[in-house]
Amino acid sequence: MGLQRFIKRSPWVFHLNTGGCNACDIEILAALTPRYDAERFGVKLVGSPRHADILVVSGPMTRKDVEKAKRIYEQMPSPKAVVAVGVCTMGGSVFHDSPFVTAPISDHIPVDVYIPGCPPRPEAILHGILEALEKLEVE
Amino acid sequence: MSEEYRELGVSIPIGPFHPALKEPIGFRIWVEGEKIVKADIRFGHNYRGIELIGARRNWIQILYLAERICGICSWSHQFPLAQAIESLMDVRPPDRANYIRVVVGELERIHSHMLWLGVLGHEIGFDTLLHLTWGVREKVMDALELISGNRVNYAMATIGGVRRDITEAKRDILLRKLDDLLKGVETLRDIVLTHKLVLLRTEGVGRYDRELALRLCLQGPMARMCGIRKDVRQDEGVAAYGDLGFRAIVARDVVGKDGCDAYSATAVRVAETIQSINLVRDALMEMPPGPISAFPKPIVALTRASKAEGEAIGRYEAPRGEVIHYVRAAKSDKPKRWKVRAPSLINVYSTKWVFPGHQIADAVVIAAQPDPCIACTERALIVDLDRGERRVVDHAYLTELSRRKSKEVMGDV
Ligand code: SF4
Repeated sequence: MGLQRFIKRSPWVFHLNTGGCNACDIEILAALTPRYDAERFGVKLVGSPRHADILVVSGPMTRKDVEKAKRIYEQMPSPKAVVAVGVCTMGGSVFHDSPFVTAPISDHIPVDVYIPGCPPRPEAILHGILEALEKLEVE
Repeated sequence: MSEEYRELGVSIPIGPFHPALKEPIGFRIWVEGEKIVKADIRFGHNYRGIELIGARRNWIQILYLAERICGICSWSHQFPLAQAIESLMDVRPPDRANYIRVVVGELERIHSHMLWLGVLGHEIGFDTLLHLTWGVREKVMDALELISGNRVNYAMATIGGVRRDITEAKRDILLRKLDDLLKGVETLRDIVLTHKLVLLRTEGVGRYDRELALRLCLQGPMARMCGIRKDVRQDEGVAAYGDLGFRAIVARDVVGKDGCDAYSATAVRVAETIQSINLVRDALMEMPPGPISAFPKPIVALTRASKAEGEAIGRYEAPRGEVIHYVRAAKSDKPKRWKVRAPSLINVYSTKWVFPGHQIADAVVIAAQPDPCIACTERALIVDLDRGERRVVDHAYLTELSRRKSKEVMGDV
């Protein structure tokens, strides 16, 4: 019931993998499929950041991706929110001491919701996206 | 490739990064009208310097780094590394550990193949298939969670064995789950291998031939779809595969001929999924009692490994093909050199040879055929040689094209 209060529109999501190990990405995909069914909240994955309300980022942000990630963030229309999935985004996880990663990603783009886990469960990812939605509605 | 761009008088546009759902890899396609005449592939966006940072971790820590090379094949990287370290130290894991290794490895293969099937369905605009396969796949994830406590990145392998036992109670639940799973996968097999849309969009698409496959050293299901019976599990009998009498499946065992195309690849993967379910069941039934690791504690293994010297390799058949881990040790708690050879590098690059001659709408199917971790097209540059036009298209556009073609070939259903 509580959800009804703030789901007034369908949040469209753009997914960006910045060099993670893929596990976070398959869990994000799993969140969209029948068992977890993100579509019941209107969540839809889109192919272009220009259509997206929420940016879901995973991975430790490799050097090669920094500029591109920033550009993708800028291309999104406001209001927008960023959800960071996995501990990679917070401090690099096992890759923390690699010279090629630049985690945390909040050094590059503002993050609204962090979802810890390596990888987090699909339920947690859904929860994070709904948290981000609350932020969008407030704005 | 940049010379060819210069020849064509085309500069390379660095457009927005576009991984869509997937990891970044760039396929570049040159076309004449609708026909692809040339293709090229770029790697490198995911470079994390894993081998470099691996040299700073000790023998135990590096196992968990190996696992995070790829989340889909986490076992397939952790296990060959553990194997390599074991052969450095000249240690043999106990039998029970070998059987548990088969269980985890095969469950991983099932989840990976199911994932691929879903992606294929998505690429050809058959989203029902995507949701069906991912629905079935959740049962495997449950099984993996039951064994290891995590859905992905299970942290099961360790030097000298495995980290968690499969108790009686767990085994019974697993066996029940496997029955469920088998039913689901058999239904899927019947749908996939006979559905008109799948046939129309995959038969003859991405056609290799046996010579090409041998010349390019294709790996895993890509080799087996061309009739090359090559599989590390069969050839090396790693873990308990030798005891279980494993024999690799090639396309002609399933559909009667080695089509070397996307349809054969699908058939091989679906048949392997069923084979894996049976392997897991056999392994669970025949598992001998005993310890699960050659060492009582990881620290003991670490101490022993720190005294090892020399070099060794570990091999395993990942869902996508042969994974090779090479390590060199010099009496230290860290490896001196660690090198990983993953099968996708070979398989993905081979698509360069089969793109020409196909329609643009088939590009995503060919790109997905080798199962490049998750079928990953970062962005494709279409150069129309007839009109001298160039367009940068993204994966979403290519998928859209592919879906339109599906609608066309199916008529107004
Ligand atoms: S947080 Fe863990 S699971 Fe997620 S991408 Fe990073 S290493 Fe992989």
